[in-house]
Amino acid sequence: MDKKTCKVGTRFTAGITATAFGAAFALSAVSASAEDVTLTIESWRNDDLEIWNSKIIPAFEAQNPGIKILFAPTAPAEYNAALNTKLQAGTAGDLITCRPFDASLQLFEKGHLASVNDVAGMENFSPVAKSGWSTDDAATTFCVPMASVIHGFIYNKDAFKEVGVEAPTTEAEFFAALDKIKEEGSYIPMSMGTADQWEAATMGYQNIGPNYWKGEEGRLALIAGKQKLTDDAWVEPYRVLAKWKDYLGDGFEAQSYPDSQNLFTLGRAAVYPAGSWEISGFNVQADFELGAFLPPVKTAGDTCYISDHVDIALGMNAKGKNTEAAKTFLSWVASAEFAEIYANSLPGFFPLASHDVKLEDPLAQEFVTWRAKCESTIRSTYQILSRGTPNLENNTWVASANVIKGSDSPEDAAKDLQDGLASWYKPQQ
Amino acid sequence: MERHEAGGKQEALRKPFRWHILVFLLPAATVYTLVMIYPLAETLRLSLFREVDNSPIFVGLANFADLFFDSRWSDQFWNALWNNIYFFIVNMLVQNPIGIALAALLSIPRLRGRSFYRTAIFLPTLLSFVIVGFGWKLILSPLWGVAPTLLDFVGLKFLFAPWLGKEAYALTTVALVSVWQFIGLPMILIYAALLSIPEELMEAAECDGVTGFAQFWKIKLPLILPTIGIISILTFVGNFNAFDLIYTMQGALAGPNFSTDLLGTLLYRTFFGHQLQLGDPHMGATVATMMFLIILSGVALYLFVIQRRITRYQM
Repeated sequence: MDKKTCKVGTRFTAGITATAFGAAFALSAVSASAEDVTLTIESWRNDDLEIWNSKIIPAFEAQNPGIKILFAPTAPAEYNAALNTKLQAGTAGDLITCRPFDASLQLFEKGHLASVNDVAGMENFSPVAKSGWSTDDAATTFCVPMASVIHGFIYNKDAFKEVGVEAPTTEAEFFAALDKIKEEGSYIPMSMGTADQWEAATMGYQNIGPNYWKGEEGRLALIAGKQKLTDDAWVEPYRVLAKWKDYLGDGFEAQSYPDSQNLFTLGRAAVYPAGSWEISGFNVQADFELGAFLPPVKTAGDTCYISDHVDIALGMNAKGKNTEAAKTFLSWVASAEFAEIYANSLPGFFPLASHDVKLEDPLAQEFVTWRAKCESTIRSTYQILSRGTPNLENNTWVASANVIKGSDSPEDAAKDLQDGLASWYKPQQ
Repeated sequence: MERHEAGGKQEALRKPFRWHILVFLLPAATVYTLVMIYPLAETLRLSLFREVDNSPIFVGLANFADLFFDSRWSDQFWNALWNNIYFFIVNMLVQNPIGIALAALLSIPRLRGRSFYRTAIFLPTLLSFVIVGFGWKLILSPLWGVAPTLLDFVGLKFLFAPWLGKEAYALTTVALVSVWQFIGLPMILIYAALLSIPEELMEAAECDGVTGFAQFWKIKLPLILPTIGIISILTFVGNFNAFDLIYTMQGALAGPNFSTDLLGTLLYRTFFGHQLQLGDPHMGATVATMMFLIILSGVALYLFVIQRRITRYQM
């Protein structure tokens, strides 16, 4: 009880403080140059403040005299609450950074976000790229997609050379390589733990899964109720995950996410099931050569599918005062120039537009070439399916961790997930 | 005549209404109402509503029915409640006996370095949950922790397991960490109680031939029983409000497989949401109300039933 009151209190204060700061910023900006239009960007990416101020904003302002941009981020954990408070009070900025799926959809439904269907440049985005910020029927998109993260495996090239294995492409090669590394004994074959649970689901199930449920085809069929989580296509990845147990380090049950990262960057493990957001961190931490390989396919020559998960977008405050200027900025966000600056400043966050972007980071470049080779999809639990109780995403974390630990069989885990989903989701009943 | 006089005296003695009492009470009462009573009442009210199409609708006790009987909620609720009871039992069974034993040892008059022990054992109680949680997580880590190495020194490495990651041990491990942190409280309270036992009483006991352990069981323990009662109720309230330690050690999803989920973590997930789960203030308030009622009934049981039966001795 106490906890609740206290938490609400903090949130409230945080909201007020943020609002006050936002207002102060806006005021000072306005008084600085009365004729210019100033657009304020609400964001949770306070890590990127430097990149926005030194690279992105100057590039835009040079081409668009008369429009000034103010990047005003909040702490990530407070962003949603602070943003809601500002939107309700009418003090939010003109541009709003959008979380993917339901959090932003809710803002659109409440009339806080405007449609961006008519923003120039929206035609550069694929339906998958737009899925994170579209209504369920995909008719209206309310944020311009900025970046996604791609799943795959990052490996220690030196270790592979030492043991004498090649980057695998099929499931059989994958396990053969792990066997060989294990036999050789100087490296832990794979660095992952189940203590935090989300690794098992995100870097495990959602990483290798699309190859089995055929990416978008399976994901959309699940949403439409034409496939079930107990179908072979959805259970098979769990059967594969169950085999991972033997290749993880001692005591992986209590190994947390930072443990896994350190184990790999210290050179003690050979393979790291990854998301591309690790790239910049690993580049700094690891003193060996890094490589990446695709989630292995079942048999050689199969179409490969990758999880190219939409992560961040930019929308427009429906009650903003500078709609035209905001649209100008949004269409610039959809341009090749923005994509190039953003992707090279934050390697591992890949632009979603269909421009041909040159990446300077070799590892990031490796990841992004997969888009041409393979079919893209997003994480299966994110759209629509995690709206109810029990929450499918939370349960997928728990189920994936249980399967890897061996405390639950792949079939039982899948059945639990299906029962949970069917208990509230009409198309699955 | 006399009676009349007496009545007259009473009349004269009756003082005017003492307004200053109200005035003095007012600031505290206002603050308490604002920060405690109002939020509490608001929470109770919130639990009777449900959000339909962006507007709250009165649904009576339907949220509670869902929480108890609809397996979408009840599985989690009963699991968290049972875990919480187990957490409390471990705390009571381990913390109190050790606390009493430590206090008894500390009160030995010949003990050297007493204040050092007292401070050292009490210190963890003053530490933040975050420090305790992360500290123990590191100690017990199978990768970099000192626990496997230390066990190896004494040849017991085979006993080590990644306890925090195993369903069977995780809750017990976290409960023992909580005991480690709070062992200082029962120790210091019981120590104080033991010190307040007059020396003559012990001398009299010795004259009657009651010494050593018998002296502790027959004389000291009954005298500190009320203190143990107070400690129990403090532990009860603390345990059923527990959240911080689980959150820092096991995350909001209270893994593995919800085996360390307490009512506090369930409330947090329900009220504020988690990852893709959006927060539901109404169901959250329902869980919060249940926590309140459980703690209220536990405290009431203690105050009205148990405390009245404890014999108190004038010392």
